[in-house]
Amino acid sequence: MVRWSWFGLSRGSATTAWPRPGGDDGQAGVLGMPRFEPGRCRAGCSDCVAVCPTAALTPAPSQTEPPIRVDYGRCIVCQLCTEACPTGALTPSPDWAFGVRRREDLHWRQAVESPAARALEQRLASLRRSLHIRHVDAGSCNGCESELQALSNPYYNLHRLGIFFTASPRFADLLLVTGPVTAPMRGPLRNAYEAMPEPRLVMANGSCAVSGGVAAGGYSTGHGIDQWLPVDLYLPGCPPNPAAIIEGLLVLLERMPQRVSGGHVEP
Amino acid sequence: MIQPADTRTLAPGAMDAAASELLQAGGRMQMAWGVLPPGATHPELCYLASPGPRRPFVVWRVRPAGAEVPSLAQRMPLLGWYEREITDLYGVRFADHPEPLPLVLHAGSRHAYPMLDPHVSGEAMSFEPTPPALPSASGDVQLLPFGPVRADVVESARFFFFYVGEHILHYQPQLFFKHRGMEQRFEGRDPSAAVVLAERVSGVGSIAHALAYCQAVEAAAGVTVPRRAGELRVLVAELERLYNHLHYFGHLADTTTLKVGQAQGKLLEERAKQINAGLTGSRFLRGLLVPGGLRRDLSPGHEFGHDLRALRREVSAYLRMLERTTSYRDRLHDTGVLDQPTAFDQGATGPVERASGLDRDLRRDHPYAAYGETDLRIPVQTAGDAHARARVRAEEIDASFEVILHLLPHLSAGESVRSDLAVAPGAEGLGWAESPRGSLYYAVHCDAEGRLARVKIKSPSFSNWRAFPHTVHESNMMDYAINEASFGLTIAGCDR
Repeated sequence: MVRWSWFGLSRGSATTAWPRPGGDDGQAGVLGMPRFEPGRCRAGCSDCVAVCPTAALTPAPSQTEPPIRVDYGRCIVCQLCTEACPTGALTPSPDWAFGVRRREDLHWRQAVESPAARALEQRLASLRRSLHIRHVDAGSCNGCESELQALSNPYYNLHRLGIFFTASPRFADLLLVTGPVTAPMRGPLRNAYEAMPEPRLVMANGSCAVSGGVAAGGYSTGHGIDQWLPVDLYLPGCPPNPAAIIEGLLVLLERMPQRVSGGHVEP
Repeated sequence: MIQPADTRTLAPGAMDAAASELLQAGGRMQMAWGVLPPGATHPELCYLASPGPRRPFVVWRVRPAGAEVPSLAQRMPLLGWYEREITDLYGVRFADHPEPLPLVLHAGSRHAYPMLDPHVSGEAMSFEPTPPALPSASGDVQLLPFGPVRADVVESARFFFFYVGEHILHYQPQLFFKHRGMEQRFEGRDPSAAVVLAERVSGVGSIAHALAYCQAVEAAAGVTVPRRAGELRVLVAELERLYNHLHYFGHLADTTTLKVGQAQGKLLEERAKQINAGLTGSRFLRGLLVPGGLRRDLSPGHEFGHDLRALRREVSAYLRMLERTTSYRDRLHDTGVLDQPTAFDQGATGPVERASGLDRDLRRDHPYAAYGETDLRIPVQTAGDAHARARVRAEEIDASFEVILHLLPHLSAGESVRSDLAVAPGAEGLGWAESPRGSLYYAVHCDAEGRLARVKIKSPSFSNWRAFPHTVHESNMMDYAINEASFGLTIAGCDR
């Protein structure tokens, strides 16, 4: 044991300073949601719609809006549209921090209100400092779990932010759900939610939990958790990386401003 | 004709004799699945047989004559789960099945054989939770149901322990809470585009799934990939093994309450994932593979090699430290012993079977990508305990580093994708990969338009979950978490 203590101490702190200014978020090179510039769309082109596996891209029904509708809540970051797009209207980007309070903020819109201007929600006041999370896997691919487990590694060290995972829903402030909600997980998900004390929050972690993702529409899956529970934070991504999850949690606690509105990320 | 396997058409009555013949030759079943032939209303059954370690695979095709087919599960226990899955999804009954219970669709699922339904409704089935029928615990014997929502950030599954004090008498896992019907999500899609679905069957096996899938489509189309693509596929497949095995040691150290060892293992996994992202744009190495080669070329540069060498030094020091720690080793020795006959009969695969003395590895026995030209060490242990499973993985980590670092300066020049891939109507293909957890198979059947009509997926954890309970019966509660960690199981790929 002495050897391990020495081993640990001699290696010093591995924890990033992020999200403090100047800290490294650890996501160098990670691709996020494709950026959309409808001004570059060619009339009559729907190449991106044809390749999108989750219907995140759909043709717009009216002439008065851009030709393609983009729903980032369905995006699985597969980058197929960025390869299919002949004009550069959809391009790869590092925009992975996509946590939003309202589902409609994941739909791309031309005009964007400033997210910072929104009023704080009073019921969060008591939770703003520390947070205990109960995670429920409602049918994920295990990618989200892999990144949630990474939050506790020395690099991200989630505890330093006063955020903890807890075994019992009775001690939890937040129910963090992954997966599209498979049929046998509906009951256990509901039970976990009902066992939580008020005030309680729900976070949809990953595109499956937000919209069903790749599994949406199957015989054993739904279209995301807001079919079953009220959702306070939507975080699409496939899977959201640990920094994206931390940003999402801090947005939820109003310790960080929401950066996404109308499908755009503020720098 | 499922390329590249040989095909044998069998009458249901001939299956028993064929099974005897296969067993006597030292062969083993790899998977079984149902498929609805074009225009048919009754499913056909396919069995993937491996006649011997380095001999070509053989697919048996069986057309059920009536409502029932002979069950081979008495003779080949590993087939038990496949037969139950076929019953759940296709309604085919197996006569004299030793465990005739639902598996993939839990009791209470209101759906008549989803894979027979050609019209995917888009509506999820209704579900009335029905508790599984279990023997009642009486006297000193207690029953502990655990899950599906369990402590910590873990995947959903339910475990039943019948126990007296610390002693576990019987252990019964209930999986498939996470069954998403992923195989059906492939149907009707373009074979090239559907690779992004394969990447999302089991997140921590994205490359292995994409690779097995791509190779199945390539076999169906009758093409081989450019040399450079094959080499880069080996590179990313070994990167996937690295971060998975590092995760494994962090988790194993956690269960043996070695806190610094846990932190260091998880930190090294994080470093590996960051290297993945720097090389490919994805911590899980997604978005890279496509039938025909790669979606874009990779150029692993000087920095990549440097980071990987630095990681290797840290990993070696870490694994040496673990192996020198007696409190850790003591918890692994003689824990969760899987003997060789059980490993063989129940279908254990990957590091689990190699720790029980079964020297099998698809990379060497049925080479794919550029593994045929790769010098590969395949570690084997015989003790079958948790320590042997950890030793196999530790040596595999080193072997993976060696493969990647040897490949880097020798990457072939040239194209890494071929764009002339076309799948003929009705073509069928089989693909496989040795994932970090063991053998992974994809069978792909195309329709008259060359689109996907049926995709069958056999993930390694589907095999290892079947073998695992045999190491838990008559064991000790205190060892359970360590034993489970030593198997390195996931659930998403098993449940699909």
